[in-house]
Amino acid sequence: MTAELVRGQNHPLPQARLEIRISAGQPVVAGATLGDEHGTVRGVEWVAHPGTPHLPGLEVSRQAAADHRLAVDLGALPEATHRVHVLLALPVATGFPTRFGAVAAPFAAVTALDGAEIATFTLTGLDAESAVVALELYRRGDAWKVRAVGQGYAGGLAELLADQGLAQAHELTAVIQDAVGRGLARSVVAPPPRTAAEGDGVRHRTHPARQDAVRHPAADLTGGPAGHSDGGTTVNPTAGTTGAPPGSAAPAAPSAASAGASDRQPAAGTVPPAVTPAQPPPSSGPVDYSHPRRKKAAAPPPPPPAPPAQSRPAPPSQSPPGPAGQPPRPVAGDAAGWSMDERLYNQVWGMFEDLARSAAAYRSAVDFAESRMEQELDKVLSDPRSRIGGTGDLARESARTKRDRLVEQARAVLDRDLAQLIAESDVVEPALPPSFARWDNPAWHAYRVPMEMPMALRIGDLHLPERPDLHIPLLVRLPLERGLWIDSGRTGSEAAMTMDTDQLRRQSMDTAVAHAARLLGAYPAGEFTVHVIDPAGSASAALAPLVKSGVLASPPAAGAQGVATVLAGLTERVDLVQMAIRAGAADALPPHVDTAEQLLIVNDFPHGFDDRAVTQLRYLADEGPSVGVHLMMVADREDASGYGPVLDPLWRSLLRLTPVPDEHLADPWVGHAWTYEPLLAPPGSQVLWNVLSQVAAARRALGR
Amino acid sequence: MTVNMTKGQAINLQKSDGGTLTAVRMGLGWQAAPRRGLFGSRTREVDLDASAVLFADKQPVDVVFFRHLVSDDGSVKHTGDNLVGGAGQGGDDESILVDLQRVPVHIDQIVFTVNSFTGQTFQEVQNAFCRIVDETNGQELARYTLDGGGQYTAQIMAKVHRAGAGWQMTALGNPANGRTFQDLMPSILPQL
Repeated sequence: MTAELVRGQNHPLPQARLEIRISAGQPVVAGATLGDEHGTVRGVEWVAHPGTPHLPGLEVSRQAAADHRLAVDLGALPEATHRVHVLLALPVATGFPTRFGAVAAPFAAVTALDGAEIATFTLTGLDAESAVVALELYRRGDAWKVRAVGQGYAGGLAELLADQGLAQAHELTAVIQDAVGRGLARSVVAPPPRTAAEGDGVRHRTHPARQDAVRHPAADLTGGPAGHSDGGTTVNPTAGTTGAPPGSAAPAAPSAASAGASDRQPAAGTVPPAVTPAQPPPSSGPVDYSHPRRKKAAAPPPPPPAPPAQSRPAPPSQSPPGPAGQPPRPVAGDAAGWSMDERLYNQVWGMFEDLARSAAAYRSAVDFAESRMEQELDKVLSDPRSRIGGTGDLARESARTKRDRLVEQARAVLDRDLAQLIAESDVVEPALPPSFARWDNPAWHAYRVPMEMPMALRIGDLHLPERPDLHIPLLVRLPLERGLWIDSGRTGSEAAMTMDTDQLRRQSMDTAVAHAARLLGAYPAGEFTVHVIDPAGSASAALAPLVKSGVLASPPAAGAQGVATVLAGLTERVDLVQMAIRAGAADALPPHVDTAEQLLIVNDFPHGFDDRAVTQLRYLADEGPSVGVHLMMVADREDASGYGPVLDPLWRSLLRLTPVPDEHLADPWVGHAWTYEPLLAPPGSQVLWNVLSQVAAARRALGR
Repeated sequence: MTVNMTKGQAINLQKSDGGTLTAVRMGLGWQAAPRRGLFGSRTREVDLDASAVLFADKQPVDVVFFRHLVSDDGSVKHTGDNLVGGAGQGGDDESILVDLQRVPVHIDQIVFTVNSFTGQTFQEVQNAFCRIVDETNGQELARYTLDGGGQYTAQIMAKVHRAGAGWQMTALGNPANGRTFQDLMPSILPQL
């Protein structure tokens, strides 16, 4: 049970061997004085300080530090000792604060050897004092007690010591500060030419010893302090970073020193809590609020999973945000989420939103600049005075200049944002798992049939005319919430207009096959079944990868008969699964019902469809997605125009994709028209075959 | 260090170390004033709404309020509607975050307003304040207390406007009447 003491309060000490832990936001000097029954310090040999860190039963740090552990063995103290005062003082050196009011309130804790706190005391309310008596341990009969003191001295250590009756207070203060100064010098990395090697050597040499000492500070005490006389027995500023590599541990002390000017947050990032054995110290200076992974550009990012990111230069920044410097270098997976996939998914959507908004800012600024110029030109035109002389021309000129300047500014800001997003995209793309990646991503070459369904699937790329080479992956959640419609119509887009009908239909079918391959590859073996309706057999060439690899449940259905059979089978499945779900009896499904997700690819709609088949198709589009039956229509809406508006809901319920780049998708935030580009395997690449044959092999292994 | 602003006072939104601010938050907090008399313990909920109107050359371009939580450009974000105010903790009940770096270049003024959506006048509100916080480190830059509590239902709190390369904030504190920011437009325009 920890007692939180207030000033003047005392608390019994249950054992003789103790540790006193001090933590302050700044390096401080910790010492202890022994007093007789009157509280008098009889001589300099009764003071433990950095110059003389060891007294019988008492050991203090050799140098100033933000965290201290003082080892105390009350039983080993001289008989004449009745009191032990634990004192803190600010080091007298340039760059250090001169009063405790300028630093975070020091915290003192008396703990057992296992780190369990017995009593704690926060030294609040200090102001101009530069030395303070933190705690007093005193004899009460046979037992010892601790009292929270918190008595500060504006006159510093000398006044403090003098107050305790030490005649040589001033001389001793000079000795202590001298020792502290030497300690500080030791922990500062000296300039290279002179003592760098020595300084470094000391640090390396003392490292293991210090870690060891940290673990058993009090044990060292009885084991003979001489073994650790090289100053490595206590926690010091650099020991606080023992977990870090030596190179990064070094700057701790100097940066703490330089931070002295900006008093309240000294070295927040550079003095992490001391390395502890069993339990962290109660408090170790100011809390570091900075996000561990969101370092400024100066800090190296954690290496992203893919190598290309390493060599990327920091994105240029047109308007540096201030002394903090460059925008943080992007890192793949730098978003919220429970898994890496989820983080990447959120990051991609974050990039999508940021690009949409940055473009919106740019466009609205340009629009404003244009409209303002128009207004000003109108004003010039309607002003009769401007018709004489050059004033009208001048006014027109200035209106245009104003417009140009604003557009230029807007472009600069957009370029800054784009550069950041491009840098992020360059890091994120290589890190994407197969289901989020383009076909040319090496992740697909290392494809293995997954054990579980990914959270999303990339079905294309999106970009804006402001920066056509910045592609944002279009990720849709799996299982699909709506069917897909690959528009093979020529009227849809400009790119389609330039192609002839057959070419476009072939490309539509290729796109559909690529999408189907992605879906097949994303699902675990046997959990995704593809059916194809190709009434006239016109797409047999495009369907070859699916047919030849053997991933289809049955060969593509041809003719009106085939259409009717496939649709009837899927309709029955939807019915049965719906019934089973409503009745809560999923195990009552007849054995022939395939519980895997189903995808129906329909080519050449409405060829081969009678009214009944069309109705069934609409039923599948409406009811299918909720029970795992999805549609992929490859169709030209014009072909089905004979049905009139009754099919409009069908088209609307499907996500329209195009086989050629087309600007028809709107983002949910601002509503820009984004150019969609389908994902196709690079020409000559075997990746599609490779994936499909693996899927087929896995299906065969499963016995389906 | 917090500046307690008075009406019409302008402060420069610059950091003490000379760097420019990159993100600020306008926080709004309030409490319903306790009622007295019979059934005085029956709470009357007061719904104040914080809004921000973005102006380019005195023309309203975009607005961020509880129906449109993020400006199209993404630079101004409302953290969401609070219908009842604080229970006396003194924290922000509604916040509007402004990423000053991302504010489009043509936007030169952002006006923050507070409306009483439920129609109570500020007499029935207590401990209402508006403050500007440096979002990067949580430091409060300025605080403006809605004191006086007069017979009005809205207040035009402050405007953040471009000054040179940086931004400046001016406390306005003009009372007005209206349910949402639209009703305030006639009162805002003279403040620009």
